[in-house]
Amino acid sequence: MIVALGERSIKQTFRRPQLMAPLIIFPTLLLAIQVGGAGRAVDLPGFPEVNGFLDFMLAGAMIQSTLLAGNSGGIALALDIEMGFTDRLFAAPISRFAIVLGRLAGTAVLGALTALWFLAVGVIFGVRIEEGVAGALLMIVLVTLSAVAFGGIGSAIALKSGKASVVQGLFPLVFVILFLSSAFFPEALLQEPARSIAAWNPLSFVVEAARDPVISAFSADLLVEGFLAVGLVAAIGLTLSALALRSRLRTGG
Amino acid sequence: MPEIAIETRDLQRSFGDLVAVAGVDLEVSAGEIYAFLGPNGAGKTTTVRMLTTLLQPSGGTAQVAGHDVVRDAAAVRRSIGVALQEAALDPLMKGRELIQLQATLHGMLRPEGRRRAEDLLERVGLTQAADRQVGTYSGGMRRRLDLASALVHEPKVLFLDEPTTGLDPVSRKSIWEEVEKLNREGTTVFLTTQYLEEADNLADRVGIIDDGRIVVEGTPGSLKAEIGHPHLEVKVADGTADRATEVLKRFGKPMPAKDGAALVELETGAAGVAPVVRALDDAGLAVESLELVEPTLDDVFVAKTGYHLEGDEGSEGSDPQELAEPEPAP
Repeated sequence: MIVALGERSIKQTFRRPQLMAPLIIFPTLLLAIQVGGAGRAVDLPGFPEVNGFLDFMLAGAMIQSTLLAGNSGGIALALDIEMGFTDRLFAAPISRFAIVLGRLAGTAVLGALTALWFLAVGVIFGVRIEEGVAGALLMIVLVTLSAVAFGGIGSAIALKSGKASVVQGLFPLVFVILFLSSAFFPEALLQEPARSIAAWNPLSFVVEAARDPVISAFSADLLVEGFLAVGLVAAIGLTLSALALRSRLRTGG
Repeated sequence: MPEIAIETRDLQRSFGDLVAVAGVDLEVSAGEIYAFLGPNGAGKTTTVRMLTTLLQPSGGTAQVAGHDVVRDAAAVRRSIGVALQEAALDPLMKGRELIQLQATLHGMLRPEGRRRAEDLLERVGLTQAADRQVGTYSGGMRRRLDLASALVHEPKVLFLDEPTTGLDPVSRKSIWEEVEKLNREGTTVFLTTQYLEEADNLADRVGIIDDGRIVVEGTPGSLKAEIGHPHLEVKVADGTADRATEVLKRFGKPMPAKDGAALVELETGAAGVAPVVRALDDAGLAVESLELVEPTLDDVFVAKTGYHLEGDEGSEGSDPQELAEPEPAP
């Protein structure tokens, strides 16, 4: 059932280009602009040892894409609520939470696809993944789980508001959260208060864990912190989704 | 299935201070077509949503197919098919995909779901359009697809919320025929409508709801008979209406004149028309037009609520489930 709902979710995304564009085109363009325009940042004192700026930026672009995938998933769920499609699902003899899980399953697949896309882009443009295939696989797993985690937040907002415009309105917030992390710039080189915020931002832990196998050898600490951060965001997202779903079912809207 | 397919006792639902359903008692027998007739905002959709477990009641109880809608909601959902107002269909899905998804949600394995989808698409005449996206379908096609998806698991009880609103007469007739066919096959049908003709033509029994309460219930025939008898409207040549009224008095209770026509209640119905015509002819009155008017469900509605169902503003009550308009998708 979750698989069937996940399949529908994926087909919906591919059939609705305005949901696909933020996941792939926009982050890729942003990556190209940042690497092309700020590549000499690697020469800054304190910048991590990397083969190139793209090596540093790749993980951030992947995580950006999964954040947007979560937002897109939330928009799609809100559209389902607006057009009454969720009523059709609620009237079926399935667990109501399976509807959320189905949506997240679809988001997870999209997360994996975007991870593959950015890996391909990275390799084509000269990224050298220090940990090789194992490192690439780790990145895919982490990004996929991140998509589920962020998707939970998007679903919670959709279930609570029932309006795609509300979920869509949070799109700029995605960038605020991203720039207040180490996704696009080393935390050590950020100014206060951005540096302090980045130090505690779960996104920083996820990005560092995804970046680690690209620019250096595996670090158990970074990996554990990254997965814990994903777990924390997932727990928050799924809990909020469950509460929002319960509220919606109780009030009928 | 139990003999009573749907039963409610003092069913209530409020949204804050707004009382949408004020206490509904009804019983629908297995195999019956029951129509819930009322204007927008009367409480029809809210009642359906409670019976289909989409909304929890604020008070009272309801059982569908022998299961309580709150305590045994999952069992209710296994037993019912639902086609809601607005035919909530994903415009990006293909017709076949939708029915197959519905089949999966009802526990069918994919091969069985595919077979069932083919059967249902053929039944509702959508085989040719099955691989097109629903967004390309006409209103009638969407309604037929909605109905097909509600039937995928052969439900014992089918809920149809205003199934023909917005459809052209041909599409409406096609839906009616399908509903009648389903009923002949044993499905209990609970439908809501604001169309008198739909309730009159389809339903075994009608419940008229207004302001969240059932005001009267019965077969269409018994409801109309309760209101009164047919009346005859006779238009005669100018200046002779009073003489016509005197003649008509011999055949029944006279009624107030309307648009220059003399009216009389005719207890014998159509059988009494010929004697009246002969009497008018014997009196030398030239009849311009003559019409036997049967009581309608609207007459019943007016008698019970004080206003017409069709073409009137209707109740001041508001059913938020019926009045809420979804925002257009971005």
